[in-house]
Amino acid sequence: MTDLTVQAPDAPRTPEGPGAPGAAAPSGDTGVHGSGWPARLRHELRAIHALVHRDLLRLAGQRTHTALMLLHPMLYLLVLGGGLAALIPRASLGVGYQTYLFPGMLMMTVQTPAIMVGIRLITDRQSGYLRELLMAPVSRATLLLGLCAGGTMTATAQGAVLLSLAGTVGLPYDPLLLVLLLGGMILASFTITALALALAVSLRRAETFHTLLGLIMMPLLFLSGGFFPLHALPGWAHTLAAANPLAYAVDLLRRCVTHRVPDQQAAASIEWAGRQPSLPLEAGLLLATGVIALLWAARRFSRPE
Amino acid sequence: MQLPAGDADRPDPVQRLAGADVLAPTVPVPTAVTGRHVAQHVPEPVYAISVRGLVKSYPGPRGSTTHAVRGVDLDVAQGETFAFLGPNGAGKSTTIAVLCALARPTAGHATVAGADVLSRPHEVRRRVGMLFQHSALDADLTADQNLHIHARLYGLSRRHARSRAAEVLETAGLTDRRRSPVRTLSGGMRRRLEIARALLHSPRVLFLDEPTTGLDPHARAQVWDHLRALRDRQGSTLFVTTHYLEEAENCERIAIIDRGRVVAMGTPLALKAAIGDDLVVLRTSDDTAARRVVRGVVPPDRAVAADSGGVSLRVPDGSTWIPRLCAALQRHGIAVHAAAAAPPTLDDVFFHHTGRSLDTTERHPTPAAPAAPCATTSETGGSR
Repeated sequence: MTDLTVQAPDAPRTPEGPGAPGAAAPSGDTGVHGSGWPARLRHELRAIHALVHRDLLRLAGQRTHTALMLLHPMLYLLVLGGGLAALIPRASLGVGYQTYLFPGMLMMTVQTPAIMVGIRLITDRQSGYLRELLMAPVSRATLLLGLCAGGTMTATAQGAVLLSLAGTVGLPYDPLLLVLLLGGMILASFTITALALALAVSLRRAETFHTLLGLIMMPLLFLSGGFFPLHALPGWAHTLAAANPLAYAVDLLRRCVTHRVPDQQAAASIEWAGRQPSLPLEAGLLLATGVIALLWAARRFSRPE
Repeated sequence: MQLPAGDADRPDPVQRLAGADVLAPTVPVPTAVTGRHVAQHVPEPVYAISVRGLVKSYPGPRGSTTHAVRGVDLDVAQGETFAFLGPNGAGKSTTIAVLCALARPTAGHATVAGADVLSRPHEVRRRVGMLFQHSALDADLTADQNLHIHARLYGLSRRHARSRAAEVLETAGLTDRRRSPVRTLSGGMRRRLEIARALLHSPRVLFLDEPTTGLDPHARAQVWDHLRALRDRQGSTLFVTTHYLEEAENCERIAIIDRGRVVAMGTPLALKAAIGDDLVVLRTSDDTAARRVVRGVVPPDRAVAADSGGVSLRVPDGSTWIPRLCAALQRHGIAVHAAAAAPPTLDDVFFHHTGRSLDTTERHPTPAAPAAPCATTSETGGSR
């Protein structure tokens, strides 16, 4: 896998000369047959870029699908949020219900496309497109990184659309707040995509993936603190929530809001032995979860046939 | 690694493996088949593909082992069109997967386009193009987008990717459909697009796994026209797997693979010549009686069959037997309505080596063997 630069003496390098068949000699300016680490790195980066590009092309090509995916959290935000806002007293949350719901809905928006990456890995395997990807002269870890980057990118792009609705839930369009929320969404997208890939990489059937998701998504969502404060839950559920990556993602986004708009002091969600972990620690945990999931997935994916 | 030079190193027209009959000392190979090929081969120092003792086993159910490939040796010269002919499950796709460095061989080694598949898989993949048995296009993207992503996966710069995509689309005759989503293209167009994509990074060897499976006869002919043009214009080395006999006839050399082993290898003509026996079919006024008569005339080791299609037997040089058989039948008062002799087909070759027929639908599907049983003149195939 690593020996890309060393040429055996018995294998002359292209182009062989004027006698070589036309198809055998790629023109020199492509960098395809370049040697050394910089060339190798460039190839791997181009492959990652190709996969991100593919995801963006699909996103642009499937406008109906994208719109439907966005509609879901918007309905929650405007209908559920609007309906419950009158019933839930501001005092119990610290903020209005729609404002409270907003970070959770941002997380939900990025979660759907991020999980789609896992589903597509399985459908690509079924359709045969995965073999086309595996034929590419790059390492399989690179391919998985490319898939993850593509998922992170499309998920964040959709999250950004929902972010533009911040005004409707009473948040100011403060540039730094938007940047912070965008950064939080990138982190959340990355971790959820990596987890979805880790799950999908060992599954062969899309149906299994769907069933598994249906089983675990509901508890994960309700224990994320996106819909209601975690302190309203019984103690054991609260403990479970402290191990839920989605809860950290929601908490991260909510604390970004609190950080920039101090009067929107929402109730704390995640607590370790009664104390709230620091913001960088939460972000670091989320990142570490994503990285570990991705490394594990890459290892599974790289196993030779 | 072999380092041959010149055409002396070309694989024998017929390579027989252990257990196969000894071949006649001279095998007629028309220069029309090898002439162009030798001319291209001279400046090339190495084989495009060289395989020795290739074995690939998979862990099967309940601890058993499935042996997909059980020891394959073969050499494919630069610029050659080589066919792997065998039934489904014979090990064709597995061999290709190993040669493309997609799967690791259990034993043996293989060198493809100058790189070892085990130690330098990336180089192998960069130098080969692959057409998969099942369509592997992203149906939601356009033809152009599919090509662009492939080019970038293979490390081409954006500018080069664009120009190459335009070139291969032109070659495939799909320039006017380049902005169409792939799902709107017909099966034949998709196949040509996939071939175009496989050629995008200018591979030295093109692997085609069942290139025409699932296509109608017209689209199949189009794909083969396209492949022949590629071979003639660019001198690409093509490695084709197929279970269609008529497609194997298009190739310069054929390896017949059965149950993971190569049972015969050579040019289509040489393989057919090695069997030697023509099929002679006689239609008479009384086939049952005619069968008895014929049996008395031909050597005793020849099987003579009589069915609704007439009396048939396999003999060397079938056309010379027809007058003798007709005379003998006439003496017994049996009228001969029709007599024909046909050279062996590839299916006969396959049957000879494996004991099974590859083509169960038609008796004589190959265009090279026009065995019309009602022809009154004998026909021995002008090529032999």
